[in-house]
Amino acid sequence: MADKTPILELKNVVSAYGRIQALKGISLKVYDGEIVSIIGANGAGKSTTLMTICNIVKAIEGDVYYKGKRINDVGSEVLPTMGLCQVPEGRRIFPRLTVLENLDMGAFFRTDSTNIKEDVERVFDLFPKLRERRKQLGGTLSGGEQQMLAMARALMSRPKVLLLDEPSMGLAPLLVKQIFDIVKMINSQGVTVVLVEQNANLALQAAQRGYVLETGKVVMEDEADKLLTNPDIRKAYLGE
Amino acid sequence: MTIHESKKLWIGCGVGLIWFLILLWPLLGITPEGLEFGKTFKVFGYVAVAAVFIMFFYQVKEAGHLDMVGTPLKSATGVVGQVYEKTPRWILLAIVLALAIIFPLVTGRYAHDVSISVLIYICLGLGLNIVVGLAGLLDLGYIAFYGVGAYTYALMSLHFGLSFWICLPISALTAAIAGCIIGYPTLRMRGDYLAIVTLGFGEIVRLILNNWMALTNGPNGILSIPRPELFGFNFKPLWSMYYVILAIAVFTILSVYRLNYSRIGRAWEAIREDETAAELMGVNTFLLKLLAYAMGATFAGFAGAFFAARMKFVGPESFSFLESAMVLAMVVLGGMGSIPGVILGVLVLVALPEMFRGLELYRMLVFGGVMTLMMLIRPAGIWPAKRVGRRSEEAE
Amino acid sequence: MDLEFFIQQLINGITLGGVYALIALGYTMVYGIIQLINFAHGEFFAAGGYMGVILISYLAAQGLHPYACLAIALVLAMGYCALLAMAVEQLAYKPLRQASRLAALLSALGMSIFLQNGLMLTQGVYDKAYPTEITSGGFEWGLVSVSYMQIFIVALTASLLVGLNVLVFKTRIGRAMRATSQDKIMSALVGINSNRIIAITFAIGAGLAAAAGIMVGLYYGSVSYSMGFVPGIKAFAAAVLGGIGNITGALIGGLIIGMVEIFAAGYISGEYKDVFAFIILIGVLYFRPTGIMGENVDDTRV
Repeated sequence: MADKTPILELKNVVSAYGRIQALKGISLKVYDGEIVSIIGANGAGKSTTLMTICNIVKAIEGDVYYKGKRINDVGSEVLPTMGLCQVPEGRRIFPRLTVLENLDMGAFFRTDSTNIKEDVERVFDLFPKLRERRKQLGGTLSGGEQQMLAMARALMSRPKVLLLDEPSMGLAPLLVKQIFDIVKMINSQGVTVVLVEQNANLALQAAQRGYVLETGKVVMEDEADKLLTNPDIRKAYLGE
Repeated sequence: MTIHESKKLWIGCGVGLIWFLILLWPLLGITPEGLEFGKTFKVFGYVAVAAVFIMFFYQVKEAGHLDMVGTPLKSATGVVGQVYEKTPRWILLAIVLALAIIFPLVTGRYAHDVSISVLIYICLGLGLNIVVGLAGLLDLGYIAFYGVGAYTYALMSLHFGLSFWICLPISALTAAIAGCIIGYPTLRMRGDYLAIVTLGFGEIVRLILNNWMALTNGPNGILSIPRPELFGFNFKPLWSMYYVILAIAVFTILSVYRLNYSRIGRAWEAIREDETAAELMGVNTFLLKLLAYAMGATFAGFAGAFFAARMKFVGPESFSFLESAMVLAMVVLGGMGSIPGVILGVLVLVALPEMFRGLELYRMLVFGGVMTLMMLIRPAGIWPAKRVGRRSEEAE
Repeated sequence: MDLEFFIQQLINGITLGGVYALIALGYTMVYGIIQLINFAHGEFFAAGGYMGVILISYLAAQGLHPYACLAIALVLAMGYCALLAMAVEQLAYKPLRQASRLAALLSALGMSIFLQNGLMLTQGVYDKAYPTEITSGGFEWGLVSVSYMQIFIVALTASLLVGLNVLVFKTRIGRAMRATSQDKIMSALVGINSNRIIAITFAIGAGLAAAAGIMVGLYYGSVSYSMGFVPGIKAFAAAVLGGIGNITGALIGGLIIGMVEIFAAGYISGEYKDVFAFIILIGVLYFRPTGIMGENVDDTRV
């Protein structure tokens, strides 16, 4: 793993959210095929990191590399075509589009219509509830169903690297397990996952490596198992 | 500026000019007699030359070549600025006031005319400034209050023979009442909607003035409105009216200045900056917004009464939306929330066009373009107030 | 007299309502996607009217059949206004997307005044007459008269509306437009180029307004450079009435405003007919700001 080029890399990224400087020089690496977790308290800059990667928030300093290419100046909407997708915090499904239309938006930039139809079926197999509600408006679904829809929509873009922001937030434990099972499954099929979670336990159990963020800086980086057993981490984030 | 950026700029300019040509030609070049290109290319030529010149100038400036002119200029303005800061306010104001008082004695009728207009618009601008600049409410129908004030004096003097001096406060009062009436339903609405609704109200007032023949004599307007009289002196000569409006303007400036720095002014600014926070701090936002409206309307009422007396005639056409837009432009372009800014805005938009009387036809075109341009390059205005921040609706 | 008068007003109301609906669509779609009241939209309506007469006169002078003139002029004028709208958006609105609402509003106001005066300077201060021989005539049932022009307007409006509905609800681009107006950030994250979608939205809105402009020109026989101001406000009132951002709402709002105006003029007062639209606007914003069909804007912004 040491001399492989990371598929996603941040080098000393500084970015601001509004007038507050949220990221104060973040460096991290994600290798192909991994699940990497980013944990930290509220306001530590986890979501901002993902938004900066996707250029929704512009990096003031530092570089973001994807597949070896510097993507600081690439428009946000180009990244999904390159295989980099995000499921942002708060689900953000399109409320006045139907489930099917939401899924179609996930595949917006794709042109292979037959494969898109197959993917829709595949995604419905994964989330049968969505098939039931496929003509319903996204905004009328329950929280858990919306999270499923958001995941399904992301899968429709056939991502190479998937950024997940707080997928467990507000979900019942059974649903959380389902979501994480799906994460592990798509990872086993070759999708790299960057998982941002406030629930550090879940995040570190699912991941191979983890980064700990505190007020915009990376304060620790290690293998997930080591972080899980690290006494400081346990005290601060795992509720000991 | 790198070569790359410079190239991008020139390409952008070129693309823009091509678009302009494509949009301009159909309007000038397609006639039933045939397709012609002469007129279009003439206009396009002027625009293209001006654009290239500006681009060139901008690039030269960015490259620093203009510094030999710029730096001494900057230090000169710096020195002036320092003198301005150091002289005690009252000396400056006394000088300005003295100049204002002797002004009509050393100038001719045309200058009197223009300066009276300037002073009227200063009153209007400062009044609107309370609403837009201090309280942050976008009012596009402000001129209605001007009209109410004007018609009040016209009707009061016509039907009841009341003197100008008595009608002055009455006009202000009726305008303030109109402000409350209009303000009551509209102040619940959010920013963009407020703008359009006040525009609607302004239009309603104009329509009423235009159609209610029995009261306002409709489009014909009201004639033979008397000039003020004081101790037997009738203010027939124009320069005498100058002093009246000067007094009103000084009164307005002083009032607005006091309001600016009063607790009410502070509360208005709090509402402008973040209405929810102000509400939570115990500020009765609704009442204060209504007060802002009413106060702004009052000054418009004063100005309106004067306008009626000066013109000796009022008609609905003087109170159109375009007038509202112009007063708004004076406030915003001059500098929202700042008294010298508004005065500067009035001077630029009222006095400056007078110098270009020959290009009268293009006046509105330039006005519209300048408004958009200012928003693009300097939205705070030429002389902004020092405490202007961002409004609550778009704080992110 | 009464029933026939009523039916006549109904017919006139539908005709006018259709025109307002077309203009309202431009306002509602633009507000839905970037939360800006495009003050200059009324000027696209006026420009469309002017381009219509310019093209019809030119084509007629070349000897084309009147219907062909009309059809070609319609298409070209709509295209012209689409280009105009895209230029205005690029120049005056796009740079201000992150700026304060006041700045964007004033920029729009400036553009409105600029365009209006541009029309005046290039086309003259006086009203420009429309060749109405193309569509004169109609038929009558007793006291009710329906002109061919009215039928044409209703038919064209209906087809344009059907077309728009198909575009917005059945095509991928339409879905992308709806997605962008519901959540701009998320639409970028799924690969939608919001700049392009916004430009398309402006173009479509202006195209519809241009069609309305030509129809009004044919109906009343002339166009003027300031014709966009009052209909613009009424159309905005219609958009708000129906629910801002909501396309079906704009249609319903337009019809209502058109009906109210015609009926009020017929039964209450002709002079004050413009006032009714304003009153409806103020009433809606006071009692039910989200409109009849509900809003359709980016809820994630505030």
